[in-house]
Amino acid sequence: MKLTLKIWRQPDPTAAGGLQTFVVDDISPDMSFLEMLDVLNEQLNAEGTEPVAFDSDCREGICGMCGLMINGEAHGPTRTTTCQLHMRSFADGDTITIEPWRASAFPVLKDLCVDRQAFDRIIASGGYISVNTGAAPDAHAMPVAKEHADRAFDAATCIACGACVASCPNASASLFLGAKITHLGELPQGQAERDYRVVQMTAQHDAEGFGGCTNIGECAAACPKEIPLDVISQLNWDLHAAMRHGR
Amino acid sequence: MSEPMDDAAGYYELGEPIRDTKAPGGPIETRWETREFEARIANPANRRRLSIIVVGTGLAGASAAATLGEAGYVVKSFCYQDSPRRAHSIAAQGGINAAKNYKGDGDSVYRLFYDTIKGGDYRSRESNVYRLAEVSRNIIDQCVAQGVPFAREYGGLLDNRSFGGVQVSRTFYARGQTGQQLLLGAYQALERQVAAGSVRCYSRHEMLELIVVDGRARGIIVRDMVTGEIETYFADVVVLATGGYGNVFFLSTNAMGCNVTATWRAHRKGAYFGNPCYTQIHPTCIPVTGAHQSKLTLMSESLRNDGRIWVPKKAADCDKDPRDIGEEDRDYYLERIYPAYGNLVPRDIASRQAKNMCDEGRGVGPEVDGVRRGVYLDFTEAIERLGRQAIENKYGNLFDMYAQITGEDPYRVPMRIYPAVHYVMGGLWVDYDLQATIPGLFVTGEANFSDHGANRLGASALMQGLADGYFVLSNTIRDYLADGPFERIPEDHPAVREAQESVRTRIETLLAPGGSRSVDSYHRELGHIMWEYCGMERTADGLRKAIDLIRGLRADFWRNVKVLGSAEGLNQSLERAGRVADFLELGELMCIDALHRRESCGGHFRAESQTEEGEALRDDENFAYVAAWEWTGDGEKPVLHKENLTYEFVEMKQRSYK
Repeated sequence: MKLTLKIWRQPDPTAAGGLQTFVVDDISPDMSFLEMLDVLNEQLNAEGTEPVAFDSDCREGICGMCGLMINGEAHGPTRTTTCQLHMRSFADGDTITIEPWRASAFPVLKDLCVDRQAFDRIIASGGYISVNTGAAPDAHAMPVAKEHADRAFDAATCIACGACVASCPNASASLFLGAKITHLGELPQGQAERDYRVVQMTAQHDAEGFGGCTNIGECAAACPKEIPLDVISQLNWDLHAAMRHGR
Repeated sequence: MSEPMDDAAGYYELGEPIRDTKAPGGPIETRWETREFEARIANPANRRRLSIIVVGTGLAGASAAATLGEAGYVVKSFCYQDSPRRAHSIAAQGGINAAKNYKGDGDSVYRLFYDTIKGGDYRSRESNVYRLAEVSRNIIDQCVAQGVPFAREYGGLLDNRSFGGVQVSRTFYARGQTGQQLLLGAYQALERQVAAGSVRCYSRHEMLELIVVDGRARGIIVRDMVTGEIETYFADVVVLATGGYGNVFFLSTNAMGCNVTATWRAHRKGAYFGNPCYTQIHPTCIPVTGAHQSKLTLMSESLRNDGRIWVPKKAADCDKDPRDIGEEDRDYYLERIYPAYGNLVPRDIASRQAKNMCDEGRGVGPEVDGVRRGVYLDFTEAIERLGRQAIENKYGNLFDMYAQITGEDPYRVPMRIYPAVHYVMGGLWVDYDLQATIPGLFVTGEANFSDHGANRLGASALMQGLADGYFVLSNTIRDYLADGPFERIPEDHPAVREAQESVRTRIETLLAPGGSRSVDSYHRELGHIMWEYCGMERTADGLRKAIDLIRGLRADFWRNVKVLGSAEGLNQSLERAGRVADFLELGELMCIDALHRRESCGGHFRAESQTEEGEALRDDENFAYVAAWEWTGDGEKPVLHKENLTYEFVEMKQRSYK
């Protein structure tokens, strides 16, 4: 396949960026999207042009490090992470526009790399169960009904890639936030801090500059881990409950 | 005693033996308790003045940083990723072992200990492994309390499954994403300490040098990967939890960024490297499709519980649709050769037999460089027996992943699999306290060599990472810290200046203009050499050839590598160049280690040491030791220190899975 790539290039966080056009040839449909960018970068290196910076690590869809806007869609045309997108999703002669995540809470560092530390700070604000090492009772001391365990698991599969934020017109991180609230709130172990958690994490979310949720649903549609939209309902429900409890 | 032929004569010098002096003697059941008691306690009031650097935020690093933070020490945590949560532990799929015996199937601490010693082919320490089995139970308790959503039965209790090469159900799992869930548990515990002010995290920071002052590890030099700034951090103790070096093979199941730099830099500063040639090749990975391949994807070997592995009996059938090949024309070769274990034989056997089938010309899938490198993993029978829904519940995400990557539907067409480098048992040598040969340097998880011997059992890596980080390190490091805080080190101390200078010089050399070959091209070539000569099957001639090739490649790299961009700011080519430069040194040591160890053992097969039936033949008389290698300088021969392994509790037997 021969492809035309329009790629966002920006030398550093403060510089103005812009789209630049490159052409790659001999792309195999079995390549992953990031392998296609590897091929481009080898080509640029040979030509003496600095390669395009983009993040990736595990390249098996679980670490959440990769994430690109591809033709205006977070992670591209299929519902997966960018690293698991394969070139068989494109056709010979296509033009592909590649941009970094767009959100003021995710500043661009260089080219296609963004800073997502806001997510770490949201987790630090309350996204955990407080238990010191060694202080745990036997694992079988507290049974968890399978339906709760399964729902907790489904929410816990969030990889914090940021596609929800990038695809939301409000740049809201409500899906990310709701996923953690649901994961921990669904388990008996998570009850003690449930009110505190939702209040703290929501406050941090807003302080980071993420927008509010207006129930558009683009986030869940773009989520490579298929986190369901109802985690946001859960988030709202928990937040109301906490307020009723005077938090 | 027969003298072994020393294939590596001339490549190394023999040094003094080395010994683990920290493990107490006595009954194996009481050794850890004894050490926990005898290890001194750092006064709680003093802990606020004791500082710890932890490099790496995978299971072993995040759990250690969180636990040490909880204990009241001042902790700094570093990772090269953009968030601690991305460390490659996250990709572990299958599960985590623990001797809970919740199934009542006869499991016990002793059995897990015994299985792990045997699985490691009698090349690990009894004391360490017993401790690992002992604390395995606490890990599950800890993780459940943190909210890790393990798989549960309808009664609400935890589910277990049996896993590669083991006959009891002791593996806890969270669908096919156990590593992710355990890591998020540790990451959340870490972030809780960040909020509490006891841990400070530095992401997108890469360690490039260890600072050793007066014989003690006292700090690290890192590069801020965003600004390019070279920064120096001091502490009373340094913990390396930086994972494995499987990426020396270029293609592996490791993440793109996994590297050896932190441990290799420590090795060059005096930390001995234990058993560098012990590599694990994982049998169930998705085969290579072409020259562009950047990494290999593993699928959990739990798939072997229900999938049946086969190749066509006739080479002529290899390009047929597998569904058109009749039962009578299929060779379920593992079930045929190993009737007792069948598809559940240990990883090394499953891997080597898959390679043998492909080398015989009976491999399947696309031809790459003239060979079909793949075998079938077939769920047809399991789907008929259990129903599609049951298979989906157990393996749904793995099937999806396979379909995503290959474009084929594994519910309808058998999967194709092939072995890939997955894990390294080798790593920095540590004693029972997890302390390296540099005082004040501790090493946890895959980065150390300690618990898996010559082969790691499935679902034991997660166990070891968390055992080290949650339960072992915090109890041993305090003995060292009881003598602290150590004297403050001025920024202009000669050892610090020297370390900073060497980092800067190296970066300048890598960025010097005039080169013509990309970093990746060197890395790929090194990977080919390692896979060909230091992979599943090794020969003395092949290894000698590999050493020559690597030396030539390394010399060429420093003359001719082309790295664009500048030292300031984000420069991913520069990051990779530094890592590949270290891989080029490590690769040579791996080959020398493999060359000197003229025995087939654990995960590796030496052609010169096999039974008449062509199975691996261990040589306990000559090689029942840990090879701890000392760095002696660029271009100098490494020095080998042997740590003899003695077995007081488990009798050494030749493995037989027939």
